[in-house]
Amino acid sequence: MNAASNFARLLRDGQFVVTAEVGPPKGAAADQLLEKAAYLKGYVDAVNITDCQTAVVRLSSIAAAVHLRSAGLEPVVQMTGRDRNRIAIQSDLLGAWSLGIRNLLCLTGDHQRFGNHPEARGVFDLDSIQMVAMVRRMGEPGEFLCGEPIRGERPRFFVGAVENPFAGSLEMRVLRLEKKIAAGAEFIQTQCVFDLERFRRFMVLVRGRGLHRRCRILAGVTPLKSVRMARFMRDQVAGITIPDEILARLESAADLAAAGVSLCVEQIRELREIEGVAGVHIMAIAWEKIVPEIVKRAGLYPRPALPV
Amino acid sequence: MIVAEAKSFAEVAEMVSSFPRLLVAACAGCTAICGVGGVRQAEELAAALRIHFRIRGVALETEVAGVTRQCEPEFIEELAAAVGRTGAVLSLGCGVGVQFLADRFPQVPVFPALNTRFVGGLAAPGTWEERCRLCGDCILHLTGGICIRARCAKGILNGPCGGSQDSRCEVGDDVPCAWSLVWERLSALGRFELLAQIRRPRNWANGNGGPRSSGGASG
Repeated sequence: MNAASNFARLLRDGQFVVTAEVGPPKGAAADQLLEKAAYLKGYVDAVNITDCQTAVVRLSSIAAAVHLRSAGLEPVVQMTGRDRNRIAIQSDLLGAWSLGIRNLLCLTGDHQRFGNHPEARGVFDLDSIQMVAMVRRMGEPGEFLCGEPIRGERPRFFVGAVENPFAGSLEMRVLRLEKKIAAGAEFIQTQCVFDLERFRRFMVLVRGRGLHRRCRILAGVTPLKSVRMARFMRDQVAGITIPDEILARLESAADLAAAGVSLCVEQIRELREIEGVAGVHIMAIAWEKIVPEIVKRAGLYPRPALPV
Repeated sequence: MIVAEAKSFAEVAEMVSSFPRLLVAACAGCTAICGVGGVRQAEELAAALRIHFRIRGVALETEVAGVTRQCEPEFIEELAAAVGRTGAVLSLGCGVGVQFLADRFPQVPVFPALNTRFVGGLAAPGTWEERCRLCGDCILHLTGGICIRARCAKGILNGPCGGSQDSRCEVGDDVPCAWSLVWERLSALGRFELLAQIRRPRNWANGNGGPRSSGGASG
């Protein structure tokens, strides 16, 4: 693991970590990012910055990470294979390391068809597993994918990948998780967990294969702000399932936002009890402001201090 | 085989609108089998074009001729006299046929009447489905006979991605997740070792350096 990454250090030390997702703006100003940084600071151990999620153009993940880092947060840069080939990815990663970025999350990327440029060519030169292997190799032994040595400083990222325990058969998902770990993933962030029962079964298989000892698994959570959002996520977002009882609870709630937060806090408490879950990743989509309240109510505040 | 579909009539009419004489050239190969490139379709298209221009007060003369395959010079030669008479060609061959005609008859314009879409097979009566991306590096023995390059929307070599839901692809339209199909096929065959192997990044160099050739030309 990378000593320069505090996020990696906390995971290695066995701390239950908290990270939050930050979506960069659809414009060229950094104020929104700095505003988010101001209320997230002190409540999360790292912020994970999306790379044009759902194939919608936004300010670049690396640039956003630099802004957030300057505001005192530890960034995790997301990098997808949808928009860049192996040359562009490696180039961007050298640049990211040179700018102080130490954590990387590798994803294949959402298909461009549902973004705001559906006529774009999807690159997909590398899938997430191939990207993880490439990035690890750039760190050690310090080679580009082609085998040429990297000159001077090597990027030694703390490398993660995602896993969706809710897409397809559990056995298939666990096998693919194992491939990601074999490729070199050091941490794993899961898709939003709403179906705790299925997630528990997933973790039984994960533990059965000892995967929780070979990498750190962060369970994804999302506070639901409205019934409409819950239905949209269930019906329109690839790879998300929301059980009927969660929808029913939201539908009958007098105060929806409060109910959404309570649900999320309960989920975090339950996830924390599952052996092999090393932390939570809070994806408060367009609702980042709520993260401090969730962290406090889940009993995860204060966060461990940064080493001086 | 090569699967093609007819361009819209309006697009074809616009393309050929300034030419008084036209050879409408059919192909008895793939496009005829798809039901869009045979002599019958060529005659129908020629008649429709004549009517289209006649009601606009423009005279159009057409000739229809068919060859065994437009992708072979020997067969194309049969069209030389008709090309000489008309001075313009509307091809109902695939993109290869159109190019071979244009190469053989560089003094006349050659127009494509079809859109050449993919290499596929007859999945159901009247429905052709893509099955091969012509990558030149077949790995079907590793994927249970299911081409993930052609059938996975991202063409990834280590799937399925997280967008696969209930064995359906995230692109929608009820497209099956190719990697779910691979999983089912290889599981049924008991070949779990293939599923566990990590596939290295694809070599795109084959096909990225200009047109590919086979046989004598490539050695």
